[in-house]
Amino acid sequence: MTVPALARRTSAEAAPAASAGRRWRWRDDLTGWAFAAPFVILFLVFLAFPIVVSFILSFTSFGLRDLQNPVGATFVGLQNYVDLLSDPKFWASLLNTVYFVVVGVPITLALGLLIANALNRGITRFRTVFRVGYYLPVITSIVAIAVVWRFLLNPDVGLINMLLASLGIKGPAWLADPALAMPSIIAMAVWRNLGFAMIVFLAGLQAIPASLYEAASIDGAGRGQSFRYVTLPMLRPTILFMTVITTIGYLQLFEEPFVMTGGGPLDRTLSVTMYMYQQGFTFFHQGYASAVAYVLFVIVAIVAFLQFKFLRSDA
Amino acid sequence: MTAIPAPTRVPAPRKGAGDHVANSSRRRSSPWVYIALTGGLVLMIGPFLWMVLGSLKPEADFLRTPPTFLPSTITTDNYGRLFDQLDFPRYFFNSAVIAFAVTAGTILFCPMLGYALAKLRWHGKGLIMGLVLATLMVPAGITLIPNFILMSNLGLVNTYPGLILPFLVGPFGVFLMRQFMYGVPNELLEAARMDGANEFRVFWSVVMPIATPVLATLAILTFLGSWNSFLYPFVMAQEPQMYTLPVALATFATGQYQADHGMLMAGSVLIVVPVLIVFVLFQRWITEGIATTGLKG
Repeated sequence: MTVPALARRTSAEAAPAASAGRRWRWRDDLTGWAFAAPFVILFLVFLAFPIVVSFILSFTSFGLRDLQNPVGATFVGLQNYVDLLSDPKFWASLLNTVYFVVVGVPITLALGLLIANALNRGITRFRTVFRVGYYLPVITSIVAIAVVWRFLLNPDVGLINMLLASLGIKGPAWLADPALAMPSIIAMAVWRNLGFAMIVFLAGLQAIPASLYEAASIDGAGRGQSFRYVTLPMLRPTILFMTVITTIGYLQLFEEPFVMTGGGPLDRTLSVTMYMYQQGFTFFHQGYASAVAYVLFVIVAIVAFLQFKFLRSDA
Repeated sequence: MTAIPAPTRVPAPRKGAGDHVANSSRRRSSPWVYIALTGGLVLMIGPFLWMVLGSLKPEADFLRTPPTFLPSTITTDNYGRLFDQLDFPRYFFNSAVIAFAVTAGTILFCPMLGYALAKLRWHGKGLIMGLVLATLMVPAGITLIPNFILMSNLGLVNTYPGLILPFLVGPFGVFLMRQFMYGVPNELLEAARMDGANEFRVFWSVVMPIATPVLATLAILTFLGSWNSFLYPFVMAQEPQMYTLPVALATFATGQYQADHGMLMAGSVLIVVPVLIVFVLFQRWITEGIATTGLKG
C-alpha cells in the first residue's frame, strides 16, 4: 500500500460517528483540536518542520559557523547534489547499502517464512519456546548486539574461529577482510531480524483457512505443492508488506557498521546513513549531509512505490 | 535495522467465523523439523550465551589462544569496572528516565489523537491524518540534522527534554490507537454522553480503561524502541553525564576500551538482559501486538 492509497482508504472510513444527528458546532472543533493539540504541536515542531528544513538545508553550504545563526546560511543552489554525483565515497556508500539490501532482505524473509511455516504446520509442541527464542534478537539493542558479534567474529579470541579451528579450519579475519566484512554484517542483520519476519508471517499463515489445505490434499497435493499453490498465493499481501518494510529498514543501515567496522575496511561497509553522519557530525558539512539524507529519502520513496506496483501486478 | 516505519496493520486475511486455523493436527510432525528448529534455536541463543559468559571471564581468558567457551573462573570484575571506572549506573538511569518519559507521553498523546481521528468531528481532521500518514516512511536520518540545529538554538542539547521530545511523535502509535478506537462501540460513548459526561470524561473514564491491552502493547514497544535507540541520542548527548546505555557502549567500544572484551560484554549484558526479562514476561502482548499491527520495537 502506498502512502496516498492509505490516506484515501482511511479518510473514506473515517465516517463521523460521534456527533451523528447533531448540528456542527464550534464546540466540536474546539474539542477535536484540544484532543489533537499535544501530539500535533510536537509533531509539527520535531517531525514535519525538520523534514522541510532538511530539504532547504540541502541547498545551502550550512556548516559549524552557521549553527548560531541558521537563517544566515548561504544558498548554493544544486551544488551539493552536483558534488554528490562526483563523490566516490558517496557512491561507495550507496553501492554498499544496495548490496546489503539486495542480499540481506531475501535471506531474512526466506528464513523467516521457512521457520514460520515449520512452526505453523511442521510441529505440534514447543511452539512458544521456538517463537520466543527466534524472536529474542529483534528486541535487543543493535549496538549491544553489534559489540557482541564483533567479539564473536574476532579472528583471535572469537567463538566462530574457535569452532572452525576445532574442525581444523583456520578462520579468516572476518571484519578486516574487504570481501568478507559486508557478508559478516549481513549475517548479523539476518540473525537479528528474521524473528520479526517470522512473527508476521506466522500471523499471516494462521489466518489461512485449513479447508484450503484439505481441498489441496484431497486433490493429491503434497507438502511442497500445498506450499506453492496455497500458502504462497494466500500470503502474498503479507510478503509484500514485509518486503517493503524490511527493505526500507535495511536501506537505513547504520549501527552495525558504525560499531563493528567503522565503515572499513577500505570503505567496504560504509553505508549511506553513516556517510550522512560523518559529513554532518564529524566534518560539520550539514548542508551536504542533508543532501545525502534527501537522496536516501527519495530512494526509500521510489523503492516503496516500485515494490508495491511490481509485486501487485505480477500475479 | 532501525525502527521500521510500518503502515497501519499487516494486510493478512482475517480469522473469521467458520475458518479453522490451519494447524498441523492432521499431519504427522517429522522429528527432522524439531531437530532443524532446535539447531536454529541454538544459533539464535548462542551469541547471548557468549555475551553472558564473556562478561564473567577474567582478563587472562581473553589473551588465551585458542579461546575457551567457558570462563576459567567466574569473576564480576568486568561489572565492577563498569561501576567504578565508568559511570554506568548514571547511563542506566538516563536510559530509564528517557524511556519512561517517552512511553508515558506516547500512551497519553497517541490515544488522544487516535480518539479525535476516529470518533470526533472537527475541521482539519483530514489534514492532520494526511500529514501523519505522509511521514510514515520518512527515514529517521532526515530529521537528525534539523533537530540538532533546532535543539542547539533552544539550548536543549545535552538535556532530558532534548532527548525526549522528538520521540513523542511516532506516527505508528497514532495508527495503532486510531485503529483500536474505530472498534469502540458508539453506543458506549453515547451512553456516557447522555449521563452528562463531557468528551474528556468519556475519553478518560470510558475509552482509556477498555484500551488497556492495546496501550500495554504500545507501551512495551515504545519503551523498547527508546531503550535501544542510538543515532539520535548519540548526536544529542555529547556530555558523558547525558549518555544513554547504547551511546556509552558504542562510544567505549569504538574508542579507548575497544579491546576490553570483558567490560564490553558486561555493558552489553546491562542493556540486553533487562529487555530479555521484560520480553519473556510479556511475550504474548508483544508478539501479538506486532503480528496484528506490524509495529516494531
